[in-house]
Amino acid sequence: MNIPSPAINPENKPFFDAAREGRLLIKRCLACGERHYYPRAHCPFCGSQRTEWIETPGHGRIYSFSVMRRVAEPYAIAYVTLDEGVSMLTNLVDCDFDRLKIGAPVRVVFRSAAGGEAIPIFTPL
Amino acid sequence: MSIKGKACIAGIYEHPTRLAPDKSVAELHAEVAAGALADAGIVKADVDGYFCAGDAPGLGGLSMIDYLGLKVRHVDSTETGGSSYIVHVAHAAEAIAAGHCSVALITLAGRPRSEGSSGLQPRFYGAAAPDAAFEQPYGPATVNMYAMVAMRHMYEFGTTSEQLAWIKVAASHHAQHNPQAMLRDLVTVKDVLDSPMIADPLHRLDCCVVSDGGGALVVTRPEIARELKKPLVRVIGAGEAVKGQSGGKLDLTQSASAWSGAAAFAEAGVGPGDIRYASIYDSFTITVLVQLEDLGFCAKGEGGRFVADGGLISGSGRLAVNTDGGGLCNNHPGNRGGMTKVIEAVRQLRGEAHPAVQMKDCALALANGTGGQLGSRHGGATLILERT
Repeated sequence: MNIPSPAINPENKPFFDAAREGRLLIKRCLACGERHYYPRAHCPFCGSQRTEWIETPGHGRIYSFSVMRRVAEPYAIAYVTLDEGVSMLTNLVDCDFDRLKIGAPVRVVFRSAAGGEAIPIFTPL
Repeated sequence: MSIKGKACIAGIYEHPTRLAPDKSVAELHAEVAAGALADAGIVKADVDGYFCAGDAPGLGGLSMIDYLGLKVRHVDSTETGGSSYIVHVAHAAEAIAAGHCSVALITLAGRPRSEGSSGLQPRFYGAAAPDAAFEQPYGPATVNMYAMVAMRHMYEFGTTSEQLAWIKVAASHHAQHNPQAMLRDLVTVKDVLDSPMIADPLHRLDCCVVSDGGGALVVTRPEIARELKKPLVRVIGAGEAVKGQSGGKLDLTQSASAWSGAAAFAEAGVGPGDIRYASIYDSFTITVLVQLEDLGFCAKGEGGRFVADGGLISGSGRLAVNTDGGGLCNNHPGNRGGMTKVIEAVRQLRGEAHPAVQMKDCALALANGTGGQLGSRHGGATLILERT
């Protein structure tokens, strides 16, 4: 699977630094306590600029998915809802695309993008 | 201040081309502008407001106003993807109501077919998009992002591929009467289900066409519109909204049209039950189903039953939808369907739709658009129009 490199910037760099160490981060607001994804410097719920990175074990369930069939190398795009309650766009790998089901449990694994960056991806348990 | 009754759509034009390798995008903008002005019976010199979106080449309205040779006192380049032109009508009505312009011209054009664009290619809105790093690595194209909405809708409500297919079947029933439609053959539910799977659960015939072309609208004050030859089509309600991933609290089965529709109905003082013709953006079959529910034509989760068994076919169905054949069969110029949605709604109100699909005495119509990706972040825009 050929993964395009992510556009890393100062706001999102800690996420990809942690991914390189095999750790998945999301954000939590220090003002209202809400978790959010994709991660931002501010909280998209209350607007506070006081947010912190928190690590998640990377367990969740498939919220929705679709297998792109009419391309040279079919791939499964998905939203996974983490146990922490936030959903993230991702791919599903190491699985039979014909047996994927919404609600199925998945866990995070990491793959290398074109430029060597680590990218969180999910695989069914 | 309400825009109700403050502006009329006086000119419409849908470019007849579906493949334009020998024209520039700017040239197509100029051709649709001329077409809409001729339809209205208004000369270019009277245009004092101009509206365009991201399909316009160059620096927003600046390049196009210079290219077209306009002199305006109001410019708006609001970009909400394919729904932009529905928003533009509302913004034009606001500008007219405020006295900031009297004759607004809205144009759209594009050549995605000549340029080899398709919904299979990942869409990239630039490295600086705040979501880019968290999405681009995963291959979000147009079709798979809409497919995830369909997959979730099926999971939550039991919607079936057969029900989605009925939306395409209805479009083909209408398109057979449109000599300019790209796809004029009648199709059956089985034809849709037998077409190749593109991105589960969407088949090829669940997807709209890719076409070159464009369209334009002229919006003006009622006092001016009354002097023209066309039936008076007033804007009586409008709504616009944007919905995203809600910080990760995802809800893929409801679109921004739930909010834009409610606002438009409230302004117009009518409800879904009063509408007999609706233009509903049909980038994919699922796009139509979600909007019908969100606009209140049926309850959330009931869309499958609403569209099934010819529910959207003019004359015999529950609600006539996209009588030009829509994006699914007729035309999807510039990969942006909002413009043609307004145009067909105006045709219905004027009585200018094809006789085989024209609703009898159609005095009230709705045009609804989505823009961007229903599966991530998108715009919703609703217009309610009345012939008086």
